[in-house]
Amino acid sequence: MKNANQARLSPVPIEPARGAALLNLSRGVNAPALHYMAGFLAGIAAEREQAADTTAFDPGVAASTESAAHATVLFASQTGNGRRIAERLHRQLESHGLSARIVSTADFRPRELAAERLLYVVASTHGDGEPPDDARELFDFLNGRKAQRLERLSYSVLSLGDSGYPKFCETGRQLDERLQTLGARRLAPRADCDVDFETAADVWTQHAVALARTHLQSPHIAIISTVPVASAATAGRDNPIEIELLASTRLTGRGSQRAIVHLEAAAPSPQLDYEPGDAVGIWHANPQFVADDLAAAIGADPESRVALDGIERTLREWLLQHREITRLSRPFLDAHARRAASPELDALRSTNDGTGLRDLLRYWQPLDLLERWTGAWTPEDLVRALRPLTPRLYSIASSREAVGNELHLTVAVVEYARGAARRVGAASRYLTTMDPATDSPLRAYIEPNPRFRLPADPSRDIIMIGPGTGVAPFRGFLQQRIESGASGRNWLFFGGRHFASDFLYQTEWLEARRSGTLHRLDVAFSRDQREKVYVQHRLTERGAELLQWIEGGAHIYVCGDAQHMARDVHAALRAALVTHGGRSEERAEAQLAQLANERRYARDVY
Amino acid sequence: MTETTSNATPSPVEGIKSRSRLLRGTITEGLQDGATGSLAEPDTHLLKFHGSYQQDDRDLREERRLQRLEPAYSFMIRTRLPGGVCSPEQWLALDDLATRHANGTLRLTTRQAFQLHGVIKRDLKQTLAAMNAVLIDTIAACGDVNRNVLASVNPDESTLHAAAHAWAVKISEHLLPKTRAYHEIWLDGAKVSEDEETEHIYGPTYLPRKFKAAVAIPPHNDVDVFAQDLGFIGIPETEGPAALAGFNVVAGGGLGVTHGDAATFPRLADVLGFVSPEHVLAVAEAVVTTQRDLGDRSNRKHARLKYTIETMGLGPFRAEVERRAGLHFDPARPFEFRTSGDRFGWTRGENDNWHLTLRIPAGRIADRQTETGEVRGLSGLRSIATMHKGSFRITPNQNLLIAGISAAQRPLIEKLVREHGLDLHERASPVRLDALACVALPTCPLAMAEAERYLPDLITRIEERLALHGLAGTPLLVRVTGCPNGCARPYLAEIGLVGKAPGRYNLHLGGDAAGQRLNTLYRENVGEAAMLAALDPLFARYAAERQTAERFGDFLWRSRIL
Repeated sequence: MKNANQARLSPVPIEPARGAALLNLSRGVNAPALHYMAGFLAGIAAEREQAADTTAFDPGVAASTESAAHATVLFASQTGNGRRIAERLHRQLESHGLSARIVSTADFRPRELAAERLLYVVASTHGDGEPPDDARELFDFLNGRKAQRLERLSYSVLSLGDSGYPKFCETGRQLDERLQTLGARRLAPRADCDVDFETAADVWTQHAVALARTHLQSPHIAIISTVPVASAATAGRDNPIEIELLASTRLTGRGSQRAIVHLEAAAPSPQLDYEPGDAVGIWHANPQFVADDLAAAIGADPESRVALDGIERTLREWLLQHREITRLSRPFLDAHARRAASPELDALRSTNDGTGLRDLLRYWQPLDLLERWTGAWTPEDLVRALRPLTPRLYSIASSREAVGNELHLTVAVVEYARGAARRVGAASRYLTTMDPATDSPLRAYIEPNPRFRLPADPSRDIIMIGPGTGVAPFRGFLQQRIESGASGRNWLFFGGRHFASDFLYQTEWLEARRSGTLHRLDVAFSRDQREKVYVQHRLTERGAELLQWIEGGAHIYVCGDAQHMARDVHAALRAALVTHGGRSEERAEAQLAQLANERRYARDVY
Repeated sequence: MTETTSNATPSPVEGIKSRSRLLRGTITEGLQDGATGSLAEPDTHLLKFHGSYQQDDRDLREERRLQRLEPAYSFMIRTRLPGGVCSPEQWLALDDLATRHANGTLRLTTRQAFQLHGVIKRDLKQTLAAMNAVLIDTIAACGDVNRNVLASVNPDESTLHAAAHAWAVKISEHLLPKTRAYHEIWLDGAKVSEDEETEHIYGPTYLPRKFKAAVAIPPHNDVDVFAQDLGFIGIPETEGPAALAGFNVVAGGGLGVTHGDAATFPRLADVLGFVSPEHVLAVAEAVVTTQRDLGDRSNRKHARLKYTIETMGLGPFRAEVERRAGLHFDPARPFEFRTSGDRFGWTRGENDNWHLTLRIPAGRIADRQTETGEVRGLSGLRSIATMHKGSFRITPNQNLLIAGISAAQRPLIEKLVREHGLDLHERASPVRLDALACVALPTCPLAMAEAERYLPDLITRIEERLALHGLAGTPLLVRVTGCPNGCARPYLAEIGLVGKAPGRYNLHLGGDAAGQRLNTLYRENVGEAAMLAALDPLFARYAAERQTAERFGDFLWRSRIL
């Protein structure tokens, strides 16, 4: 397919470099967006023709002359929610006849900021207050000495986060403050959105459109619709499609402390078209015993009727299908603390040193709170205070080229004991206890992950670092590389606790190695010997060869735990560049940043 | 003979041996590959020469296949321990390895060796190195070489036992491979170019097949000398102090068979003649090199010495051995074997020392619940080894003799034996005391049916039938193997079961109690109910018609039932 695309582009009257850039731009973009882009370019063309401007298009010139007349919607988003909000705002601006462009921080050069006049930023926060990977360059720029004054800029920030983490909406907060410090004018207060971002995001978007209408005068470039934008063909977060679960098998062997399950589901095309690296979003139902325990904890009958915002359901229905009941959010914690009036709980909430609040949010479920500190709740108040149910994202562990109309998932079962009580992760439990033969279908949609893609050039080597369930996308990657006959070499680093029981997809990797399609396989099992050994230790051992691969143009992919693994792997990569490449720490760090910028170092961490 | 072997295509294993650079292969590289618990297939053949078999838990195969996990590979390690003698220090070292690196059991084999089971690949080198640190090696414990050399365990005649043991050690060492591969791979020995090495006796492809040797001291045939490729039957001096005048040499025994292959059969060794002690090593080497040069290297199922002799004829074979050894056999001297079993319990040896023979069912030393109550064999023998001043001897019937106990220590050892449930010899029936079983499922890759795990139940069923006919307490030699290769020597038992498929066995009847008569196939491919139904009328007739002290196997022959 990719070769065919290139062949089709070559006769077009633009220079090869620009053709390549265009191809690059289109990579990982779904069909509706491509149609949209085509229309956008056609709109520019029409405008130029009108102005009899037949000179080459120069983005630098264009930026300086046109930015005053248009709005820029800049998004920094890891999971796609941010991109979705940015796209929605962009669409609304367009539909109001306003000139606007939408750009990801991955493609945005920080120096362009000086030329911007009206900027909307949608920024998400990850892990412990971290910005998305491809927004780091922008952050470094704004915080560094090169940052220019931005007196001519007006802006507004929408911040996405999860109040289950102490540094809620940190990325957006910092951007907002930094832009103001640099002299930019805050047009509207920042909107901090929790996991249930829809309402707050809508308010901010409408406000943003209204502001743009007062700040932008010049006519915008009309979008010329080349092909109907048929986005209805694709399932989305709010219009998932129902799919059948086809198979469910446990991957971890006897003696493993972790239950990890391989799932295979139907993936009808085009609704669930995906590429290796993409995620699938799945709407789950909560475990009935948790819902009933919650009802019991507030002394309510699960069958009692609860009306909220004009919708009436039984309490059990609310809790099973419509509310998050296994994840604790900051607002719920605060609401319960007010009811409980417990000095102990208040003390815990006010310690934010990595023990009190952080542990509460990370390890406690709403039920734990209710059972530990009594507080009076009516069913209505409870339903109102709990966050709406949100879908969970799972990296897809397959390639359509290999599995046809299926998608495969690798799901770790979350289950632990709190005292005598059993606590479960709602979504993993839902997925892994499902009986493919009898249970009702899954509701699913594809969440594209354009920043996590195989190299367009099949002759490039790839280095895949994916311990635990982080290996999932690499199963899809390898399937794709095998099926497409990619000539580049494939190197996998995998890690787990125990070799005997936790080596996910072991026989598949060994078979690929035997058949010569997986060229290197390095594994680390942390608990098989006295000293813990992780993937980063293997990276360090292989440093010299890693450097050779990287210098030969290899792409590096990291998937899995953001908290520790991704940082340690990053440090190991940097150390390899220092030790074997003779670079300074700073040069090595800069080289990794450069690789990330070129999308040769991509991370899908959570 | 020579024509057929030279013209036929050598078996694949011959190619692996010849390309192995004297047993090196790529074992070292394979040990470093952390992505699999196995070794490359050719290396698994070479590994046997180093004393280890790659196995996997067959109970888990299907489950793990569905989990996309490779089979649960582990390694069995077998020691080379001529005559089965070890010191308390060595015992404690093996116990430690069994506990730390293996499955928590020590297994005594029918070749007087220890086996560790369930050692995973990353612990293999460490385990072998630790064994060597207490002077126990595993060289040639398996593979196409002379394996562990047996010697009669003879508690009454310590001098003769010592002589038998000394000869077992000499024969074993004389026939050891000379390659330094073992030291390089497991002991970090200096690398030696294979060009600098020569296998004077074996040559670069070793033997066509395994080779087994034993030294027996009549009247005890505990080593089953007629089941060996090469046997030495010790003949004592008729006058003067206890000493060996020499040996009757026997050759060409072997029990391994392939189901459905009529060209394979169990065979008892032939007596070649008598030699004096100074010729023992020359004869041993001559038999080995004859087999090296004339054995069948194209078909491993037809490669044991017994087939070489069948093909050559006994006369030409004897002449070839005499030519190579540079001697003539004297006529064999008279000898008499009375039993192949062990004598359990306490016996008084020379020098006022005591010996205690313990019953170890299936040779498995473990702490566990058994059919006869809780046995904490591993803990018990650890305690005994901690205070014992003498030695331990593994018998060829998988039992254990604690040798050289002073009168003063006897009560303490007696107490430890009782406390740990090791006193089966005082409690178990004769059938249970004498029975043998190989390992079979779940770890042996050759097993077609259960053996060790089935034996306790089988004996219970057989004893129920014996009791029905008033035969409770009658001795009876029962042996079970999971496949026809014969590790537990089933073809010499009064009742021998040879596994064919899960729950199904060939039933062989009519061996004797001294290992001098092969039994006969009586029922083919039958389950337990059919076996018991076949035995029932035979027990009835035996009860009614037997002569005084007549064994079941002998009765079946005398009454022409077989």
